[in-house]
Amino acid sequence: MTRLTHREIMTAIVAAVALAVAATLPLFDQGYYLSLSLNMVMYAALCTAWTLFSGPTHYVSLATAAFFGIGTYTVGLGLDHMPFPLLVLTGCAAAAILAGLVGAATLRISGVYFVIFTFGLAELIRQIVSYAQIKLTGKMGLYVFTDFTEKHVYWMLLALTGVVFLTGWLINRSRLGFAMQIIGNDETVAKHSGIDTARLKIVLFMISGAFIGMAGAILAPRYPYVEPPAAFTPMTSFLVVIMALLGGTRRLWGPLIGVIPFMLLMDFISVRFPNDTSIVMGIAFLVIVYLLPDGITGRLEQLWAYLKKPQTQPQPVTAEERA
Amino acid sequence: METIVTGILLGGTYALISIGLTLQYGVARIMNLANGETFVAACFVAFWLFTSYAVNPLWGILIIAPAAFFVNWGIYSLLLRPLVDRAKNQGMLEVDSILATFGLLFLFQGLMLRGFGGAYTSYQFLADRFDILGTFYGLNRVVAFGAACVIAAALYLFLYKTRYGTAVRAVAVNPNSAKLVGIDVAKAAALAFALGGALTACGGTLLSTFYSFNASMGVVFTMKALIIVIMGGVGDVRGAVIAALILGVAETAVARLIDPGLTLAATYALFVLVLLFRPQGIFGRQQA
Repeated sequence: MTRLTHREIMTAIVAAVALAVAATLPLFDQGYYLSLSLNMVMYAALCTAWTLFSGPTHYVSLATAAFFGIGTYTVGLGLDHMPFPLLVLTGCAAAAILAGLVGAATLRISGVYFVIFTFGLAELIRQIVSYAQIKLTGKMGLYVFTDFTEKHVYWMLLALTGVVFLTGWLINRSRLGFAMQIIGNDETVAKHSGIDTARLKIVLFMISGAFIGMAGAILAPRYPYVEPPAAFTPMTSFLVVIMALLGGTRRLWGPLIGVIPFMLLMDFISVRFPNDTSIVMGIAFLVIVYLLPDGITGRLEQLWAYLKKPQTQPQPVTAEERA
Repeated sequence: METIVTGILLGGTYALISIGLTLQYGVARIMNLANGETFVAACFVAFWLFTSYAVNPLWGILIIAPAAFFVNWGIYSLLLRPLVDRAKNQGMLEVDSILATFGLLFLFQGLMLRGFGGAYTSYQFLADRFDILGTFYGLNRVVAFGAACVIAAALYLFLYKTRYGTAVRAVAVNPNSAKLVGIDVAKAAALAFALGGALTACGGTLLSTFYSFNASMGVVFTMKALIIVIMGGVGDVRGAVIAALILGVAETAVARLIDPGLTLAATYALFVLVLLFRPQGIFGRQQA
């Protein structure tokens, strides 16, 4: 570990202030704005956790809904038997174990198998959970009665988001982060430098899955009644992919840039055109692929590089241009 | 026995959508996640032709398949070709094509929800019973299976007995070497993609004769087809057919013997077995 630079300390202070300001929101509003901000913080946590794995590896993971649902369901199942913080940790562990199993089955082979496997994972877990619950208890769905209100969920999520950011930053400074960077650039090179690529990918996927499971667990008290189709809705996975890529996955704070405008858009759409959310999501995917391949942050960085370049002086011809 | 026959009859339809997908992914190198939407769109067009104009779905295929061919040709040339051209390597193309076809998936699904609503739809076609070895099966299922066999056989003849078909198979094996022997790879890829769309549409049309469908079920079929394609080996038509039949039987068996809500679990169990023991597919060769 190297010492913190001046810039890193400044970033940490700005981030801490931003978190503190965001935390005061429930003091001003307990209705619509809190609800909207809660959704934003939830997706900020999910998208950042998603990017921890999918950013460096470029593997499009659609397992978010599965991890999220497992977290939610763990809380629903255990509420009568265990204290809430312990349940959140259990949900987190359950999601990590699932991520480990999925990773072990698919991440040793090529990335396509991983995408296909995660594509149906949420639906698979939903079927198994529904089947097991009906067989064992004879009923569907769970009641989640807690003393938590929306503002408590909001604060917990905000704290989680902070932890995810901190973890992401620590990973980037660690050997794991350095190795992932090499894997992302060229996997063959990574293998030849003695990096156990499959194992590192699995570890990173488990970290990412654990945070998503934790977010699902924290969200459980928001709904008094939880049933499998709602807890495991595949929409969660797709929205996370859209928002994370919209923001850009090269920077830790990239997904955050995607979450805020897209949540506002979805909020507007779901009020005005409630039946057309799929069309909007379809267009969002196409916009990302054709217009924003590196996300909004990628475009901003291009713009920044362009502005920083001295415009008036003639550019020297580089060897590449000459060739 | 009854389970096996029902499973095989269902597998016939799965085979068509999977052959479609394996052509698109194996030859054109596009993992088309919107394939299920072509499938569902064909169901709706068949339904519309049957109820509005009393067109027999089997004749309807003659309209639906060429239409799907041209639509898919257009999608490939306009939207996916630019991605192929800009991709620096196979990995980038995979990510781009996955995201682009997700876009198409949601766009088409949204448009179909607008057009037809979210309710389950079905129509009565050949709802008689048919005797196989002393047990009765729906005549429409048997006819659909027969039609699927005819279509698959025609495709087989095309791929293995004509020059165009040989070119398509050559691109599936290795696009770079195919270029060296004078094959227009871009054209063969577009042809394979369009052909894959047409076959998928045939599958959809046949399914609509015996199955109730709705606008948002395409994803489920895409998922099953993807798993079949991996099981059979990417780009391998024979493998896709056999894997489809295995999946049809496995699903029917689980639905009958354990619980109809666990069909996807059956699919995944097969998928995990393939991943652990033969990741290259049933007929696939070991990659170096």
